[in-house]
Amino acid sequence: MSMNTEMSAEKNNAENVAHSHEYLTFVLGDESYGLEILKVQEIRGYDAVTKIANTPDFIKGVVNLRGLIVPIVDLRIKFGLGKVEYDEFTVVIILNLHGRIVGIVVDGVSDVMGLQEDQLRAVPDIVTSIDTRYITGLATVDEKMFILVDIEQLMNSQEMALMDSMAIH
Amino acid sequence: MPIDMSQFYEVFFDESEELLAEAERLLLEINIENPDIEELNAIFRAAHSIKGGAATFGMMNMTEITHVLENLLDKIRKHELALTSEHVDAFLAAKDVLKMMVDGHRLGSDVDAKMVADVKMQLSALSEKSGASLSKPAPATAASAPVVGPPPAVEAPAAIAAAPVEVQAAADGLKRFDIELPETSEKDVANLQEELGLLGEVVSAKRADGRYVFTLTTDSTPADIISICSFVFDPDSLVIRDASTPGIPAPEAPAPTPTPTPETESQSRVEIHEEVGYGLFSLPGKENEEEGYGLFAPFTPHPDAIEAGAAAPGDSTTAEPVTPAVTENANPGTNAILENQEKKNLGRRETDKAPASAETTSIRVGIEKVDQLINLVGELVITQAMIEQRSSTLDPVHHEKLINSIGLLTRNTHDLQESVMSIRMMPMDFVFSRFPRMVRDLAGKLNKKVEFVTLGATTELDKGLIERIVDPLTHLVRNSVDHGIETPENRRAAGKDEVGKLTLSAAHKGGSIVIEVTDDGAGLNREKLLAKAQKNGLPVSENMTDSEVHQLIFAPGFSMAEIVTDVSGRGVGMDVVKRNITSMGGMVEIRSALGYGTTISISLPLTLAILDGMSVSLGQNIYVIPLNLIVETMQPKMEDIKTVTNEGLMVHVRGEYLPIIPLYALFKQDTEITHPTEGVLIIIEAEGKKAALFVDTLVGQQQVVIKSLETNFKKIQGVSGATIMGDGSVALILDVPAIIKMGQHNQPQGVHQ
Repeated sequence: MSMNTEMSAEKNNAENVAHSHEYLTFVLGDESYGLEILKVQEIRGYDAVTKIANTPDFIKGVVNLRGLIVPIVDLRIKFGLGKVEYDEFTVVIILNLHGRIVGIVVDGVSDVMGLQEDQLRAVPDIVTSIDTRYITGLATVDEKMFILVDIEQLMNSQEMALMDSMAIH
Repeated sequence: MPIDMSQFYEVFFDESEELLAEAERLLLEINIENPDIEELNAIFRAAHSIKGGAATFGMMNMTEITHVLENLLDKIRKHELALTSEHVDAFLAAKDVLKMMVDGHRLGSDVDAKMVADVKMQLSALSEKSGASLSKPAPATAASAPVVGPPPAVEAPAAIAAAPVEVQAAADGLKRFDIELPETSEKDVANLQEELGLLGEVVSAKRADGRYVFTLTTDSTPADIISICSFVFDPDSLVIRDASTPGIPAPEAPAPTPTPTPETESQSRVEIHEEVGYGLFSLPGKENEEEGYGLFAPFTPHPDAIEAGAAAPGDSTTAEPVTPAVTENANPGTNAILENQEKKNLGRRETDKAPASAETTSIRVGIEKVDQLINLVGELVITQAMIEQRSSTLDPVHHEKLINSIGLLTRNTHDLQESVMSIRMMPMDFVFSRFPRMVRDLAGKLNKKVEFVTLGATTELDKGLIERIVDPLTHLVRNSVDHGIETPENRRAAGKDEVGKLTLSAAHKGGSIVIEVTDDGAGLNREKLLAKAQKNGLPVSENMTDSEVHQLIFAPGFSMAEIVTDVSGRGVGMDVVKRNITSMGGMVEIRSALGYGTTISISLPLTLAILDGMSVSLGQNIYVIPLNLIVETMQPKMEDIKTVTNEGLMVHVRGEYLPIIPLYALFKQDTEITHPTEGVLIIIEAEGKKAALFVDTLVGQQQVVIKSLETNFKKIQGVSGATIMGDGSVALILDVPAIIKMGQHNQPQGVHQ
């Protein structure tokens, strides 16, 4: 987990908060991503999951989160990034998307930073495994690029197969 | 402090429904030849409370009909009119109309105006008839038209009460009240003036002695004024005078008593406590202290009325010293129901009896809150189980105290869980109470004589189940009346009492509740059943046991026409009944003897949230199978395993060939056990189909708390939910009907050797 953006985050926070959004940044392989901090409920370690039959392999299964049955998605498998290992350093970000609780497995969580809208750059037309529809923008902080993801759209999308609209098999 | 009336609407609707249900129950019980005055009073009170509430909330259509109803009831209550079955029918019709109106206001559903008008006319006609037949007290009894009558002071309010149109006018029309305040601070006066300003126009004047007098012009009732003032003052210290046109005082206005006597004031205060929200008709009813609803005082001083023996309410209470307690005891069979009625009702009745104990005995709580509590307690139980499990490895010598404490925690947690689960429990009476009416109507329609008895109405069941049991039970009861119980002629011919007996009972048996519908009718005819089944191509044989034969009526599409009664088929939709009950985790059983009757027995788990399950393992995972869907488990021998064209794995059990559904293949899970002889076959049955589910091993039988997968995820085929095991891990609960269906499309390709 890198802490190298801490300074810039503080600096950004100090500036005009009204036009800035706070992002939780996380690492997938060599790339840094950000998602809106307000969608995050908590961050926890990776527990044993209960596998669910006939679901894509990136859906690891479900866990018991204080009595709630919560599905866990491994974004590393979904986007083919990073080494898929599960150890004591594996991090699960628990998202609360309008009451739906979903966990995502990432390589690591780095920081919380405030970004202003004018710091965001549009995504050029490229072919990626994440549909560019779900990328709200790219931001550069300390010469490092952060890919900002609309996590709610992404998680509700058909390709994540987390919703009922998606047919199984 | 502005008062948001909308928050009271729900309370009013709930309460109205309760009152209507109560009134209906009483009406059905009433002895027409010799009606119990207490019961009449109770029906009257119900109508009256609804009228009060409806007027407060401006639901004039309800006010009108309750008003006419009330008038007629009042006459019967005062013996001006003899109760006839015609009246009871009219009252029941009025109840239906009122229910329709409540629904109309609450849910926006349609209100059948014609039906309303019909009922109103019927009630009015009955009232008029009484006026004609008992001409002596005519002026006071004609309800449909404004009344002409003797002493104006007495008659004027009666006229208002009697004419629905004018009631509306009176309720809509403004009235003026003088409110004398006790000595108080300027600030309180200002506050109060503001509050009362919400009701209407307030003019404040300071008197010579420093006290304030408000003149309030409003369409509200004194009770409303008192309830608002009581936020600031002791209502005892208030004096409210109706300063409206002296000729037409509102019927519900309290008698203008400038210096109220303590007893009347305390009376009115109790009333307000009881009817907070729509305490409309509370007035100092000193003439009726015991009942606590001294409304119709204006009627009673009528000289003719007194002559006619229509005792004043005060007299009536003394004349009929039957206390509600006595009535309840006098009729234990169905009055047991009363005790289980929503306790609030009971509380209210008790307060009626003893104004001193005005506290309510129940509170209304949203079901989400209760469910949240149940969830949290469920978590606590799991956490506690985890602690217990972890502490089991500790050395009892070194950690004696810790282990003792954990033991205590275990006990307390289980007690807590039990208490919390009981919150969701409701008495079966909520279901039972709707049947007397249905049976009565149905029996009338079919020209049968049926005595309807309920037993064990106090038995408690989970609210969710209560709601879902209504339909199947309605079906069964209807069937029993329609096809079970014979016509009086047939019964006489069979040497039975003309009156058939239909019993609905509920009782706890172990961890489940057993609900039985019993009739002493014709019973099921084994031969005819078998013949019919054979004709329908069902696999039957002469050797089948009676209970197996009886189960045939649950077969889908098994029409029983000409079998039970030669009229129509008992068993129409019986498969639906069975399916509903099975989906609740319950079972249906039939006991019948030809010529002696039939009992249909439903056994249900106590709650939907908990399931009796068999946990089985498959590789690393644990799955839970609902126990009620398991027929048996077996370890098959090699020779029992059969194939067709080396595919379509089957097992030969007790003369039947059942398809084997290997769960590992269905769920594409890794396991080392891939041949049925190494693992366990679980014979499952759902919707009339059997299959053998092949899993690794049996783990154990346990009760599990059902959690939804769909809350945060989605529906998974073959899985009906999930549960949390003692170690905190998640186990999936199998959806047996879906698995049997999946198995048909997913036959394994031969045996993996």
